[in-house]
Amino acid sequence: MLFYLARKMENSQIIILAIIATSLATFISRFMGALTSEKVSVKSKIFQWFNCVAYSTLAALLGRMIIFPAGILAESDLIIRIVVVFICVTIFLISKKNLVIPTVFSAIFLSILS
Amino acid sequence: MINSKVFFQGLTSLKGSRSPAIPLAACFIALGALLKDAGLNIQQSAASSLFTYALPGQLVMAESLLVGASVINIFIAVWLVNFRLYPMTVSLFPLLNHTSQPKWKYYLSCHFLAVSSWLIAKDSYKKINKKHRIDFWIGIGIGTWSTAILMTVIGYLAADYLNKDMLIGLAIVNPVYFFCMMIGAMKNLSISLAVILGTVLGPLIYLISTEWALLFAGLIAGSIAFLFSEKNGK
Repeated sequence: MLFYLARKMENSQIIILAIIATSLATFISRFMGALTSEKVSVKSKIFQWFNCVAYSTLAALLGRMIIFPAGILAESDLIIRIVVVFICVTIFLISKKNLVIPTVFSAIFLSILS
Repeated sequence: MINSKVFFQGLTSLKGSRSPAIPLAACFIALGALLKDAGLNIQQSAASSLFTYALPGQLVMAESLLVGASVINIFIAVWLVNFRLYPMTVSLFPLLNHTSQPKWKYYLSCHFLAVSSWLIAKDSYKKINKKHRIDFWIGIGIGTWSTAILMTVIGYLAADYLNKDMLIGLAIVNPVYFFCMMIGAMKNLSISLAVILGTVLGPLIYLISTEWALLFAGLIAGSIAFLFSEKNGK
């Protein structure tokens, strides 16, 4: 019993440490960004470069999320995921860039298809 | 201190046909259920979204806890996956900058920077007077951040009622939303190139290095897009 309690406390400590580590690792990038921004002019070339890199990194993350997803999404078929994304982007484009319809549909499509 | 009219304008960007509320809700409900699975209690799950508020990093944390990774390893893995927030901040905050605004607003509100809030801000900052843009941003941030925390708690509570197919359905909403927003943002050559090259390079480099893929893909694709549009006069 005592052993079980001690184990549970240890687990909870690891979780709290993990939350702190995750939050710090995330905030560093945001805060450094805020500091760098003070020296960057909107009209400068370096701003344009940062803008391109930001969009590319985001696109890379999305590409990875669809092709090599983490977590539960990995249990669906790759081809189904690609088809769902394709259909939803098409809906987005023909619905005058409405975002509510394609996002709601994506969940329904994938739930039915998988 | 904060211009309340502009603040509420930012806050109400949660409504309407471009609302990020639905994808945010879907992915944080799925996250709440996953955090329960990883052994967190409800307070810890809420704290995770409160203090981290960046979904890919939280996913890495939950999966690392499940396989028993060390705290140092979690720190490095999260830093690598969330490093994208650095270029994202630098490509947004100069647009919000105004000399009359105190610096603490920028230092605190950078915590709200996530993909959804960033995409909304990039999409609509032009409508706001330069002087008050930071208050608009704080409004967007408070709205998206509190939605995320609330939905994490709901996901945690609903975990037992969600089956696998429903969770898979919830998990696709986020990438679909982001893809649509990114395609909507492809208004000039440099951004279009950056998005297309990034989408292709991300998974390709992932085959070589899982941890460094995002960083390298972003740097390479972004730099090519930048250089190409410079050469061709945008």
